[in-house]
Amino acid sequence: MSLLEVKGLKKHFPIRTGILKRTTGQVYAVDGISFSVEKGETLGLVGESGCGKSTTGRAVLRLLAPTAGTITFEGVDVMAASRTKMQRLRRDMQIIFQDPYASLNPRMRVRNIVGESLHIHNIGTEAERKKRVFELLETVGLSTEHAERYPHEFSGGQRQRIGIARALALNPKLIICDEPVSALDVSIRAQVINLLEDLQDELELTYVFIAHDLSVVKHTSDRVAVMYLGKIVEISDSAVLYDQPQHPYTEALLSAVPIPDPTTERARRRIILEGDVPSPANPPKGCVFHPRCPRAQETCTAAMPALSSTGGDAGERHEVACYFPARFTGGERSVASEPFAGATPPASA
Amino acid sequence: MGERLLTVDRLSTHFFTYAGVVKAVNGVSFTLDRKETLGIVGESGSGKTVAALSLMRLIPDPPGKVVEGSLMLGDRDLRTLRDEEMRQVRGNDIAMIFQDPMTSLNPVLKIGNQIAEAIMLHQDKGKREAWRLAAKLLDRVGIPDAEKRVNQYPFEFSGGMRQRAMIAMAISCNPDILIADEPTTALDVTIQAQIIDVIEEMQQAYESGVILITHDLGVIAEIADKVMVMYGGRTVEYGGIDEIFYNPHHPYTWGLLGSLPRLDEIEKTRLTPILGQPPDLISLPSGCPFVGRCLYERPECRDQWPELEIVGPEHGVHCWIPEAERREVRASLPHFQEYVR
Amino acid sequence: MPDRDTSGKQATEDLTISTVSERDLMEDKLVGRKPLGLWADTWRRLKRNHLAVVGLCIVVVFLAIGMTEEIGNFTPKGYLAPYDPNATNYEISPRGLGSPPSWSHPFGADYLGRDVFSRTLVATRISMLVGVIAVAIALIIGLILGPISGYYGGWVDSVIMRTADVFFAFPYILFVLLIMTVLGPGLWNVFMAIGILSWATYARLNRGSVLSVKAMEYVEAARAQGASDLRIIFRHVLPNTMAPVYVAIAMGIGGAIVTEAALSFLGIGIQPPNASWGKMISDYLSYLAAGSWWMLTFPSVFLTVTVFGFISFGNGLRDATDPKLKE
Repeated sequence: MSLLEVKGLKKHFPIRTGILKRTTGQVYAVDGISFSVEKGETLGLVGESGCGKSTTGRAVLRLLAPTAGTITFEGVDVMAASRTKMQRLRRDMQIIFQDPYASLNPRMRVRNIVGESLHIHNIGTEAERKKRVFELLETVGLSTEHAERYPHEFSGGQRQRIGIARALALNPKLIICDEPVSALDVSIRAQVINLLEDLQDELELTYVFIAHDLSVVKHTSDRVAVMYLGKIVEISDSAVLYDQPQHPYTEALLSAVPIPDPTTERARRRIILEGDVPSPANPPKGCVFHPRCPRAQETCTAAMPALSSTGGDAGERHEVACYFPARFTGGERSVASEPFAGATPPASA
Repeated sequence: MGERLLTVDRLSTHFFTYAGVVKAVNGVSFTLDRKETLGIVGESGSGKTVAALSLMRLIPDPPGKVVEGSLMLGDRDLRTLRDEEMRQVRGNDIAMIFQDPMTSLNPVLKIGNQIAEAIMLHQDKGKREAWRLAAKLLDRVGIPDAEKRVNQYPFEFSGGMRQRAMIAMAISCNPDILIADEPTTALDVTIQAQIIDVIEEMQQAYESGVILITHDLGVIAEIADKVMVMYGGRTVEYGGIDEIFYNPHHPYTWGLLGSLPRLDEIEKTRLTPILGQPPDLISLPSGCPFVGRCLYERPECRDQWPELEIVGPEHGVHCWIPEAERREVRASLPHFQEYVR
Repeated sequence: MPDRDTSGKQATEDLTISTVSERDLMEDKLVGRKPLGLWADTWRRLKRNHLAVVGLCIVVVFLAIGMTEEIGNFTPKGYLAPYDPNATNYEISPRGLGSPPSWSHPFGADYLGRDVFSRTLVATRISMLVGVIAVAIALIIGLILGPISGYYGGWVDSVIMRTADVFFAFPYILFVLLIMTVLGPGLWNVFMAIGILSWATYARLNRGSVLSVKAMEYVEAARAQGASDLRIIFRHVLPNTMAPVYVAIAMGIGGAIVTEAALSFLGIGIQPPNASWGKMISDYLSYLAAGSWWMLTFPSVFLTVTVFGFISFGNGLRDATDPKLKE
């Protein structure tokens, strides 16, 4: 049984305009995604702004109520959980935020920030809680003297560590990392990435690592799901993703990421996508990527392709949602002229 | 490259705050030629943005002041120009693109207005002509429907388009030098690629020199010809792009290169970050600001700033570690096993 | 190479404080080795505003005077003022017009021979009391309804805000008069009347901040940890929305004092033997025409100076806490 299973998750935000605030449209932030995460692994969720990755992270934790779909944690239906059940579940699933400046209450001391969840769930005595807070601070590389300070006295990297300590307080099994290093300096980023890796080994954690920086996601994740406009367009082992991208968006994304190596950069061929990312309030009909896709054909305008595996080198573990995916057999890349049968959406969808 | 456009010698900009003097930029020197791209790399507190703004004389006084240095644009020293002369220089000879296109554009003025304003100011053209040029520029930077777009407001543009509009504004008067301060940091990666492309294209077309300020070594590797690495207000190393990436001599540069996760890594290797925190600008040591984070520190590092040492063609470094020892240490670093030539 | 801790797990030795970003330098934001803390920075900025400092001094002095009766209760005389404010002395009020300021009576004596200075001092207490308690009542109501309104939004927000609108729409004094007529005169009724009608200001001010704070990630974090709504509102949201409220409190106390003076002037506020500045002005008004100017002048001056003090301090506080205001 997977630790986390998401099926058909949708989250739509109504757009309300006018004096009477009538619903004139929807923002299709997340529009039908499914994935699972095994215990101990790191699943990367990558995509550009508007793709729905952050919304997915929050929906999993029930910080947002999904419009449709199921989320199952250790076999328990998160959406249907009662208030008490949910409180229990909260202890197992936690989140680390992107902005180290906005994610800590500026009026609370560090020890209260880190220890709050212990207080809420009534764990331990006052003295035990204090001890636990000190333990947590040391685990993330801060010192006990930091406990009495306020957030503004720390640098960005240190604040992020405080946020991590907070997330660890209840010994969670799953942590959603929502862009945990994007707002940090490059040299600090590496410290925090290593810290997260170390913690994963020590505490047997499972991560869903959400980021827009493909290099970071590839480095930290075992498997990666690429999102575009609320859909997952490709999902595979991270090692395979760079070598054998099947979806044209993944290809473009990979080619757009700058690599800090001049020789490699000079030799690269860039795929520059035309235009801007469309708004999730107005997604294209058919395949969400087709207006910008270099390989788009008429088939692509009819319906969004389903996520499935093309077979090929990576087998079942590599799935793509495309009518004309690149296929890799024996390392050789080819694109068929006929639409990929596996992408045909099921009749009921 | 081309003719020498800019020579900056020992630029120092200090901020006099109630808590003390902040030496945001401390003795920085660099040059820029036509058609050349200089990348200035640094993190928070490195002084890279303050250096660029010092060049444009946009440092608010008080509390800041350029206390030393010469900024030679051709044969004129920008520091000695009168205010009105400097206003002529800004936009006309040197133009700047800022990081956040959301806040750098005036939300209540049409895009065309903002571009036309610069043109009318510097090129003595009438309003109608200026607007026509503005539309042409928008088209030049790749904005579709430029004729229509020129009449729109910034909020009607996406992030990428706003940045293009900023570039259009910047090149409107054919500046010799374009300064781009973190032009792509706030943008999605596919849009980033587009913007870098536009900047390169404009550079080719107008034969300008570009100063690109960023913390992203990937972008540097993409378009810079030479690199200046800044830390704590000082230049710790500078050199040609290949020299810096494949033959770096400063421990900070090693640290930066070693702490980057790479998309093309074959095997998962652990990152080797620089430990410690970014520098506290109020209490910088009189020596090397990297002290406290450098693993190879020696006693003289804290109190004495090392003189420039030339270690290769147009490649200089400021470091007390003797060269031979540096090469030895570098050879042992994991990052350099694979990538060093 | 020795085995290095590459994730920084070894506790950072350097406990000194955060970096200053280049942007902070440009805006001359708080730049210091140890950021002094939020209040200390406000104090530093406030100090530069001379008018505000004067206002603060006035506030402190008058609050102190207002407390003297408490102290006075422990003295043998029973009051700290030089004379018993209620002690009549017909001899120094020939023709029933009182006597002008003199060495023994610096503010003069009123038509009953009572020392005006002592009466004015004691009246300070009532005014301060009204100011503080009325505002306290308004705060309690406003700081419960405001955050609830802002946090929950929807119909709760609409109902509360529309109710606040009603309170704003009515002419303040008229409303207060109405309530006093219904409740009748008396000290506590004055507190209630003014307090109940002022809650809307604090609620609205607070709600504005609440709207921006509730979107902050630390609120989401609290939710993710299982915090109840109540806890989130009062532990996380409210403390971070207090900045504009402090200013409103300063101004509000000033306003409450003036309102009380008006009520008493009209005769429906304080009743004898309690004296307030407004009552004094009201009582002594008719004597002005007869030439006894000193009786109402001094209470008026006290009133004006006090309110001026509160408002100047309030203004200064607002400027000092505004992060965007350049220094």
